Amino acid sequence: MSTAAAPASSVPAGARSGWWEAVQPAARDPILGVTEAFLADSDPKKVNVGVGAYRNDEGKPVVLECVRKAEQIIAGKQNMEYLPMGGLVKFNDLSVKLAYGDTAPVLEEKRVAAVQTLSGTGACRLFADFQKRFKPDSRIYIPVPTWANHHNIWRDARVEAHTFRYYKPSTRGLDFEGLMEDLKKAPEGSFVLLHACAHNPTGVDPTADQWKEMSQLFKSNRLFPFFDMAYQGFASGDTVRDAQAIRIFMEDGHQLACAQSFAKNMGLYGQRVGCLSVVCDNSQQAVNVKSQLQQIARPMYSNPPLHGAQIVTTVLSDPELKEQWYKEVKVMADRIIGMREALKSNLEKLGSSLPWKHITEQIGMFCYSGLTEDQVDRLTKEFHIYMTRNGRISMAGVTTGNVEYLANAIHEVTK
Amino acid sequence: MAVAVDVSRFENVSMAPPDPILGVSEAFKADTDATKLNLGVGAYRTEDLQPYVLKVVNKAEQLMLERGENKEYLPIEGLAAFNKATAELLLGADNPVIKNGQIATVQGLSGTGSLRLGAAFIARYFPGVKVLISSPTWGNHKNILSDVGVPWSEYRYFDPQTVGLDFKGMIEDIKGAPNGSVILLHGCAHNPTGIDPTPEQWEAIADELEEKGHMPFFDVAYQGFASGSLDDDASSVRKFASRGFEMFVAQSYSKNLGLYAERIGAINVILPTADLAARVKSQLKRLARPMYSNPPVHGARIVANVVGDSVLFDEWRAEMQMMAGRIKGVRQKLYEALLSKDKSGKDWSFILKQIGMFSFTGLTKSQSDNMTDKWHVYMTKDGRISLAGLNLAKCDYLADAIIDSYYNVK
Repeated sequence: MSTAAAPASSVPAGARSGWWEAVQPAARDPILGVTEAFLADSDPKKVNVGVGAYRNDEGKPVVLECVRKAEQIIAGKQNMEYLPMGGLVKFNDLSVKLAYGDTAPVLEEKRVAAVQTLSGTGACRLFADFQKRFKPDSRIYIPVPTWANHHNIWRDARVEAHTFRYYKPSTRGLDFEGLMEDLKKAPEGSFVLLHACAHNPTGVDPTADQWKEMSQLFKSNRLFPFFDMAYQGFASGDTVRDAQAIRIFMEDGHQLACAQSFAKNMGLYGQRVGCLSVVCDNSQQAVNVKSQLQQIARPMYSNPPLHGAQIVTTVLSDPELKEQWYKEVKVMADRIIGMREALKSNLEKLGSSLPWKHITEQIGMFCYSGLTEDQVDRLTKEFHIYMTRNGRISMAGVTTGNVEYLANAIHEVTK
Repeated sequence: MAVAVDVSRFENVSMAPPDPILGVSEAFKADTDATKLNLGVGAYRTEDLQPYVLKVVNKAEQLMLERGENKEYLPIEGLAAFNKATAELLLGADNPVIKNGQIATVQGLSGTGSLRLGAAFIARYFPGVKVLISSPTWGNHKNILSDVGVPWSEYRYFDPQTVGLDFKGMIEDIKGAPNGSVILLHGCAHNPTGIDPTPEQWEAIADELEEKGHMPFFDVAYQGFASGSLDDDASSVRKFASRGFEMFVAQSYSKNLGLYAERIGAINVILPTADLAARVKSQLKRLARPMYSNPPVHGARIVANVVGDSVLFDEWRAEMQMMAGRIKGVRQKLYEALLSKDKSGKDWSFILKQIGMFSFTGLTKSQSDNMTDKWHVYMTKDGRISLAGLNLAKCDYLADAIIDSYYNVK
């Protein structure tokens, strides 16, 4: 029996009351919320060293030249058809070559299951769901600290998460003893999340020897290495060097998995381009695993977006564009290294008594400054400097124009 | 020297079953017969049976290229200009729901991703609530609900006797569901049957939902593509909104803007207050963040550019009319061919009454097999054909195939 049309704001008769009672306003995302707050600030001196997106020395976002050229090449493409669930095949092939090496044996033997994903986040999530589906009782070990979204991902995938020590505040470096101790206690068959290079948020990476020791431990204790590689090329300026941890583990015969992102190293943040690869026993298993990854992707988004994958494919398959890309990535990495040096020397010039060598010892986009939450809040309120409250500074947001101001402000709140 | 680590992690990982629809395309490709016809395809084809990129899309992309826009992350909820445009397209810019801020809109990964966000929200905030889906429905609906862990059951929908809507069965099953269930409805151009309720039937369905305190969840994948009119195709959703329903609506721009590959859509939730809309939006974001962080920018910009420019918007309307018109055209020709060849008096008019890309022919599995084996007509085994893959030139041939399969195969 129909009722008269109700005004839009009232609840219809017979409707279940209180559908939405349990819905609270969500807390702001700690990282993306910083940019929102920055954008809302009208102070001309404001500085955004929050989100991890590269800026040039004018503080502007950058679209790489090789990307612009690739876009021209693919312009007017008469193809908007659905990609396969696993994404653009050529893209996957080029991605895994970048990660593992062009002539890696596992690639020649077709032992790698690879699917295009929604950037690094999507790759991690696909793997977490896959882990839950096929190893439901397994654990994930996550370093402390890590990118906040890692915890969200494995939690929403309903995988039991544990942590292992990583950052040592007293040295602002790696707590290698703590790391080894904690991972030794992990049950066999556990999965371990490792940042392949340019650890986020600390910028602290293990040395090659430390990676080798870890690799041996993983072997003897049957731990599964899952590499999140969001900064290949972006960390040192050298894509081969930045993948060394993965290459070390591969040499030791590990069957690992890797999440790759092209957000930073190709500046394709908004296009959401990434790749998840899983090294398998043999080519049949790789086919099986890929088919199961696709089954997980299908009820999430059916198939991944085309545009970004086409750009990456165009750049990586054209020798000239690829060369240009290597150069542009090195420019970005070098600028950040230069800013690290500038920030450190400015703080020392100001007569800060605190140790700041970690600024240049850490690598990649982020510097774990050691600032407390209160100090960070002061930086924001008094100086309009925006960063995440864990004291993480995105070096990509530092310029020759603002480095002195930043150093002054940090000195003010820490002296 | 590498000694393979003795860790066979994934030995228990079996090969996933082949995708039923993909399999059709693959079999079609492998067929060398010159008369072959692919009616499995779920993407628009021109009269020459070629894929079609809309002219407005090319123009929008060209504009974007010239502007040289940056590639920064979108916010978690997506491109603001897109979200505004998509809600207005759905409900009409003057709709009080929009004016009062009673709608939470989050850009999603096309229809699939938007449905997934809505389903994940239901799983988290309405634990134990069941979702009812039509029998049949798009296959991926079940996968989405299963993967988020929401219980589901089916309501009768397709009546093989009439090759039409089993309206009585549908109402009965909606009535039989526990109060406060979620009912998944296709806004227009039901997939896979092509059978939509009439306006009067929609009112009666709304009555039933109201009576039972059910929440509608509309899947709107063909707005503008079904009839050629954006407004007409949104009439079911707008009717429910004007009756004051709180509801979920998933949108896709895959078909109406031909943006299949760029994964652009939205999840909308219509709520009693703006405050609730803000809260729900914030929680949808919390679901999206650990899935993909923020959605892809390219498709969103294309939509925003097309809708934001009145010339491009008019051109888009014209292209939608053209696409919908071509499909109506082949339906008409197929119907006429069937009528002229089948003198038994069988009512083939369902071909004309059905709407959108798909048609449930009423053919059984063995009859569908005959279509493929004897006539090289590729379709899914549930009797569904995609009119998008048919052109005027092949209507005669298809009519012959259908008549042969219907009458000579049991």
